[in-house]
Amino acid sequence: MESTSGVNVPAPGRTTWDGGVSPMGVSYGKLMMWFFLLSDAFTFSALLITYGLVRSSHQAYTGPVEDFVFSQAYWPIPEKVYEAVPFLHGVTLPLVFVGIMTFILIMSSVTMVLAVEAGHRMDRRQVEKWMLWTILGGITFLSCQAWEWTHFIHGSGVGASLSHNEYGPPDFAAFFFFITGFHGFHVFSGVCLNFLVYYNAVTGVYNRRGHYEMVEKVGLYWHFVDLVWVFVFTFFYLV
Amino acid sequence: MAHAEETPDVHVIPPDKEKIRRLWTVAGILGAVTAVEFLIAFTMPGGPLKVSMFVGLTIVKAAYIVGEFMHLRYEVKVLFWSILIPMIFVVWMLVAFVYEGMAIADVRF
Repeated sequence: MESTSGVNVPAPGRTTWDGGVSPMGVSYGKLMMWFFLLSDAFTFSALLITYGLVRSSHQAYTGPVEDFVFSQAYWPIPEKVYEAVPFLHGVTLPLVFVGIMTFILIMSSVTMVLAVEAGHRMDRRQVEKWMLWTILGGITFLSCQAWEWTHFIHGSGVGASLSHNEYGPPDFAAFFFFITGFHGFHVFSGVCLNFLVYYNAVTGVYNRRGHYEMVEKVGLYWHFVDLVWVFVFTFFYLV
Repeated sequence: MAHAEETPDVHVIPPDKEKIRRLWTVAGILGAVTAVEFLIAFTMPGGPLKVSMFVGLTIVKAAYIVGEFMHLRYEVKVLFWSILIPMIFVVWMLVAFVYEGMAIADVRF
């Protein structure tokens, strides 16, 4: 917060870019977080665009959805691959579980933004409370993903590996592992960072520092992870 | 472990109800858009229109997350465009590569 107030007005006769002010109006740490996230967005874009290229260079299934069977000849329809929900074995519920996962991640983004808001008000108790909810959301999402992966790998016998799978062309499972795995690892790092922030809030580090900007920076990262999931959800599960 | 000392001059500002209500509104919009996506997934026949609707709704969700949750809408213009302009190239890359992929499919099948 120290750089966003007062310091931002250039001295008489000088412009914003002559030095001595923050032209972007944010602190160094926040600015670097933004640019890191931009570069991370490039990485995820590269993965998703490669997915788009490979998928569109395969044949698409054109028949009616009810008659769909898994085959190496065409790319599978997502709603036929992802149709299982824990504890409901044998029940066909297409995309329901991934919908729940999406909901969990969006909710944890909301609790994160509430923690940031509480940080602005120097409200330590509220920061602790909302950070705990956010961590819980992250861990729940990771657990869901672990189940999702296990189910995907075992399938109905043949299952899936990097070299071949029962759902469609080999690339299909390879991309599933790579993209959801890379995203899952981001969630895992996010949970670790969130825990660090929670720990620091509990031990009063930010109160002594006089601001809760660290909550904001890690919050940016956490929202980004949610943002990536929004894209993964669309391009992997819906389209 | 040593007990963490409270700095005596920290004073908690009471929450701004309006601001928090706004955050929950955004959360509601994100949930509603996802629900609409589900509806489309199971009711609409496949095709370019369906895909473009999914992409459009995804961009709406992305705009709310980046604009409101990440606060980018309220940042200085220079920062806003420094983040947004590079992403335009990514969108172009996506279009170009998917188009390329379809051309490869034409050659292969």
